[in-house]
Amino acid sequence: MLKSENKIFKNLYNEYGWEIENAIKRDDWKDTKNLISKGREWIINEVKTSELRGRGGAGFSTGLKWSFAPKEVGSRPHYLVINADESEPGTCKDRDILRFEPQKLIEGCLIAGFAVNAHICYIYIRGEYFNEGKRLQEAIDQAYKKNYLGKNACGSGWDFDIFIHYGAGAYICGEETALLESIEGNKGQPRLKPPFPALVGLYGCPTIVNNVETIAVVPTILRRGGKWFASIGKPKNTGTKIFCISGNVNSPCNVEEEMGIPLKDLIEKHAGGVVGGWDNLQAVIPGGSSMPLLSKEICDTITMDFDSLIENKSGLGTAGIVVINKDQDIVACMARIARFYKHESCGQCTPCREGAGWMWRILDRVVKRKATFSDINLLSDVTKQIEGHTICAFGEGSAWPVQGLLRHFRKEIESRCRDEPLIKKKINNPYLVDQHLLENKNA
Amino acid sequence: MSLKKVHDNQPKEFKFTDGNLKKAEEILKRYPKKNKKSAVMPFLYLAQKQNSNWIPLAAMKYIAKFLSMPYISVYEVATFYSMYNLAPVGKHFIQVCTTTPCLIRGADKIVKLCKEKISPNENEISQKGSCSWMEVECLGACVSAPMIQVNDHYYEDLDEKSTIEILDSLIKDKPLKPGSYRGRNNTAPEKKPTINGENHA
Repeated sequence: MLKSENKIFKNLYNEYGWEIENAIKRDDWKDTKNLISKGREWIINEVKTSELRGRGGAGFSTGLKWSFAPKEVGSRPHYLVINADESEPGTCKDRDILRFEPQKLIEGCLIAGFAVNAHICYIYIRGEYFNEGKRLQEAIDQAYKKNYLGKNACGSGWDFDIFIHYGAGAYICGEETALLESIEGNKGQPRLKPPFPALVGLYGCPTIVNNVETIAVVPTILRRGGKWFASIGKPKNTGTKIFCISGNVNSPCNVEEEMGIPLKDLIEKHAGGVVGGWDNLQAVIPGGSSMPLLSKEICDTITMDFDSLIENKSGLGTAGIVVINKDQDIVACMARIARFYKHESCGQCTPCREGAGWMWRILDRVVKRKATFSDINLLSDVTKQIEGHTICAFGEGSAWPVQGLLRHFRKEIESRCRDEPLIKKKINNPYLVDQHLLENKNA
Repeated sequence: MSLKKVHDNQPKEFKFTDGNLKKAEEILKRYPKKNKKSAVMPFLYLAQKQNSNWIPLAAMKYIAKFLSMPYISVYEVATFYSMYNLAPVGKHFIQVCTTTPCLIRGADKIVKLCKEKISPNENEISQKGSCSWMEVECLGACVSAPMIQVNDHYYEDLDEKSTIEILDSLIKDKPLKPGSYRGRNNTAPEKKPTINGENHA
């Protein structure tokens, strides 16, 4: 378990006050000028030493990402963009950082901005987090008042401004290029990559996009050293992480823990255990809704880090843990997630736009016990046709949870299916894609 | 992608109030001069707030002119994002999160209560008071599930009893305070950590 002196987010529950004076007491903005004066190379190397991996879901090395920004500023300015469009079902960690640890984020923005040669930073907050955005703006204003932001920010000689841009309820804007489109005033539809945003991003300029939690841990890493951060957790899966434990647990909560903590410890020691006891556990979604669920056998022993979850054909994602116990209808739970993806698909790529709805319709039939055995293979096929055939990772995000369900609960699905073909049953099923063909005698 | 229908009854004209004009100028300063199109989303929010929480077509055309962009581009944005209301909603606009983490903690009961207390269908203004409700996707407060959003505020850790109290208060136009309804401190665990699961149910 994480020692309390190694906790980065000490005010995660707002026990000590979010205002800048209180944040300074917790060592925020301590020696920031000194850290910046050590130069770009040092900052990026220190972040590389810490082996910090992006906290937004993909787990890409943060130091490496920063080093992709051009070393010299050419004719185009550089931008830093913070992704606070937290919409992954099961995840609510960034909300607490925005509300209760805003100075960590703001200080991180200044340091990261300096490291990637950016004078301007946009923080993209989901529209529903209106109050969190208001709080962050207050915190930004407090930082301006102390000259920590603006011209010669914090005495570092670097000019730095932060602006908030609100989203408006589109999950896809959490994808970095969709987010950039959204700031530019367009529909949030992802761009083809390459070129990657580090070279051609916001307004066609070099742009680094990072998650809130990633940036908020940077000041502490620099103050305490990359080696300190790397000493926590497991090799290549270092540091601390905020886990969100929701669903059928006795006390759902957000908690900062070390990477690689056993899932069972997280659930039993922090979240008060599964409702009805550990044996009543049915499945766990380990990293937000796009990550395939884990069966109870895996949950018994799994540790929560990027690599061991990948080994078990899932992923750490955002570390939003959704616990589902045996009182729930697992197929209905996953059908609801499929409906989420159907609702949130941006509509740009055909496999995702059509496939997301298709998966939901089939799962809905299974829930209502109107599906046939051939539907199961069809469902599996649809997931495989979406996966890898779309511009962005939304395709995988929608297909993987269904694949996880098929992998671990195929028997459950089979027990609900029937043999006779749908046409013979004459069920008026409005969900069927080609229903109109069946009704037409000449079809 | 959300499906949206514009309202039948559209006001003929729209322009920003003086207060909002000032705000609009402030917003424009955040973006590079040649990229003022970026202001379209904040402008739509301004228009929505000014026009009792929904955006008429006239406002979209006004914003298009303001930002020198084709009005179809403003329509595109307004119809793409689910938080822009293109038809009137209640003064107290209730959004019930029904995505899986809320669902497994009883969001369907909240939907049922909304149907009983407010209106049988989504997006209908209630007969008593001025409320409307709709189901929405994950609002990002999963450890406080189930929860609802009323206008800008989150009501968290709900059960049937507290939901009834909140809905009644909205119908009476005297909204209760937002926040946790189990009296807990933000997202902190409610009990002391247990060892080896000894203390849990």
